[in-house]
Amino acid sequence: MALLEVTNLRRSFGGLVAVQQVSFAVKAGQIKAIIGPNGAGKTTLFNLICGLLKPERGQITFRGESLSGLEPYRVARAGLSRTFQNPSLFPCMSVLENVMVGRHRRSRREFFACAVRWPGQAREERAIRQAALEQLDYVGLTDLAACPAGALAFGQRRMVELGRALAAEPELLLLDEPASGLNTREKEDLGELIRKIRQRGITILLVEHDMSLVMGLSDEILVLHNGTPIAEGPPAMVRNDPKVIGVYLGGESQHVASGKESQMRLRQS
Amino acid sequence: MKSRGGNPKSEIRNPKEEGGGSGGNQGLRAIGAGAFPFALFALTAIGAEVGMRATGTEYCLTQLTMALYYALVTLGLCLVMGYAGQVSLGHGAFFALGGYTSAVLTTHDVSWLQGGTLAPWLKSARLLVARQDSYGSSLLTVSPWAAFLAAMVLVTAVACLIGYPALRLRGHYLAMATLAFGVIVNKMLLASSLAGAADGINGVPEWHLAGGLTVSGKGLARAQNYYLACAMVLLTVLVLRNLVHSRVGRALQAIHDGETYAAAMGIDTARYKLKVFVLSALLAAMAGVFFTHYTGGISPSEAGAFKSVRYVALATAGGMGNLWGVAVMSTALNYCSLRGWFGSYDNAVFGALLILLVSLAPEGPLKPLGTWLRGLAGKRWVPRPAAGERRAASETTASRAAEGRAGRGAA
Repeated sequence: MALLEVTNLRRSFGGLVAVQQVSFAVKAGQIKAIIGPNGAGKTTLFNLICGLLKPERGQITFRGESLSGLEPYRVARAGLSRTFQNPSLFPCMSVLENVMVGRHRRSRREFFACAVRWPGQAREERAIRQAALEQLDYVGLTDLAACPAGALAFGQRRMVELGRALAAEPELLLLDEPASGLNTREKEDLGELIRKIRQRGITILLVEHDMSLVMGLSDEILVLHNGTPIAEGPPAMVRNDPKVIGVYLGGESQHVASGKESQMRLRQS
Repeated sequence: MKSRGGNPKSEIRNPKEEGGGSGGNQGLRAIGAGAFPFALFALTAIGAEVGMRATGTEYCLTQLTMALYYALVTLGLCLVMGYAGQVSLGHGAFFALGGYTSAVLTTHDVSWLQGGTLAPWLKSARLLVARQDSYGSSLLTVSPWAAFLAAMVLVTAVACLIGYPALRLRGHYLAMATLAFGVIVNKMLLASSLAGAADGINGVPEWHLAGGLTVSGKGLARAQNYYLACAMVLLTVLVLRNLVHSRVGRALQAIHDGETYAAAMGIDTARYKLKVFVLSALLAAMAGVFFTHYTGGISPSEAGAFKSVRYVALATAGGMGNLWGVAVMSTALNYCSLRGWFGSYDNAVFGALLILLVSLAPEGPLKPLGTWLRGLAGKRWVPRPAAGERRAASETTASRAAEGRAGRGAA
């Protein structure tokens, strides 16, 4: 059975149908990529999966249990971690504290225990710190542990965010355009890191624009266009799919590559 | 980046450090820096008392004690505003609700219960006490401890009722709901004969806490009550400090910094916001109960919108997320106000303060002062502020390690 299964998902915003008839599955241990031109509905799909948006129709199941309609924090507790397109660090906290927040769902002391330092609370706190430091070491940012997160460079924020997501020990990691805004070397490092993460037994679903990264990394690719899947399969197959080539190179018509125009086209239809 | 001794691995093996320190050595220093303000506060408190006794101005201790009780309210708000990023304009009402519950129950004669079967049982459980009022007639009233517990239960229920719907939403719904709540409480108190209408309630009895400790406004008990209030402020800061340096504190800060992202990390944001709101309402109500027993009465102005706005101004003045800053600024400014230093401009002073602080020093006036002083000492690392990152720049590693959780910008 697949780890994550999405069946016939649909979501619209007013007259704009952002996602419709989307069905796919992510098998455990896979690296699966979702690609498509701007406005294809990739981020909307991510937001639907992790509970930030409610689907109008369709089912999302994770390990056989339905996720549709659950609050984001419940989805996270089910074992999904995600990163955002724009790094979403908590700017008032240090880098280490940011990663420690990632341990939230792996720890359980509540208000009273924390306020009075109930026996065991200090031990849990140490364990949280330890685990966070290990994750920080994993993404190679131990040196910046005490640095305020708001002061980091863009690429470093990305890595901290990844470390924070990993600190939750997810079964499925959702990465929303992890390579955007990174330079060539950083992209290579990122590819290495994603492979390493998969070796830890974490399944990965990513949205990405960088084709060389996606083609080199993924086991399977799902191509979205105007909110619907047009192709799905291993990189070699997707690369040679005439429909995909049409969408990316403008074979179908000139304006499909532009997100805004394709949205306008949708509204008119 | 600051250079540190030892390789990164050694840090991983040394997880005992406290605060935001990055090395073991610095961690120890952070613990020392954490205990230092407590000692300083205690010494200043003793110094103030001794000084006032020496100069024959002991009567000032009364206002200082009252200001300390008000500081408890501001500390609760500090948690709600500085950490969870929510604004409450109803903390004056919670203070009043606590005070009034206590005052009504401990002054209202229930001798009609006397003949009933319950009365002996309630008396032996010390829920009811027989006493004499100031005119010498005998009364049967609820005991202060029972009244205190009743106040806590009532305020928990009311805070949940207001907070639950308002905190499921994002934005300023809590501020609106609590503002309306404050106005309603104020008007209800003014219209209620049980609460003494515009006069409020007088003749609230002493509260014998335990071991000879009594909350009372009598001249002889003045020093004792002053130290009791000091101890309560210290204890509150200690408990809140524990809280903010924990998993819960980080979750609250995460909600403050980005609610969507906090939820994506598995934090139940609505529940945490509600819990912290109820906790701070309880602190306000507790302060109200102690205040009422101390001054022997309470008036409806305590629930007024001006009072609630004043608490918000004081929390801002202390630097919002800075517990010590809030405790000190709140006590000092309320003391000046209670001594009548601001004359008839009282409310205007706090309004002006709020405007000035929000526009000039959103982290509170103490924080830049502290950074400047440390800069003079010259042994701490201060990063250059990145363009447009004032908030980030103020959150230096150094100040964190030294002060524990430091102030942050007005949300």
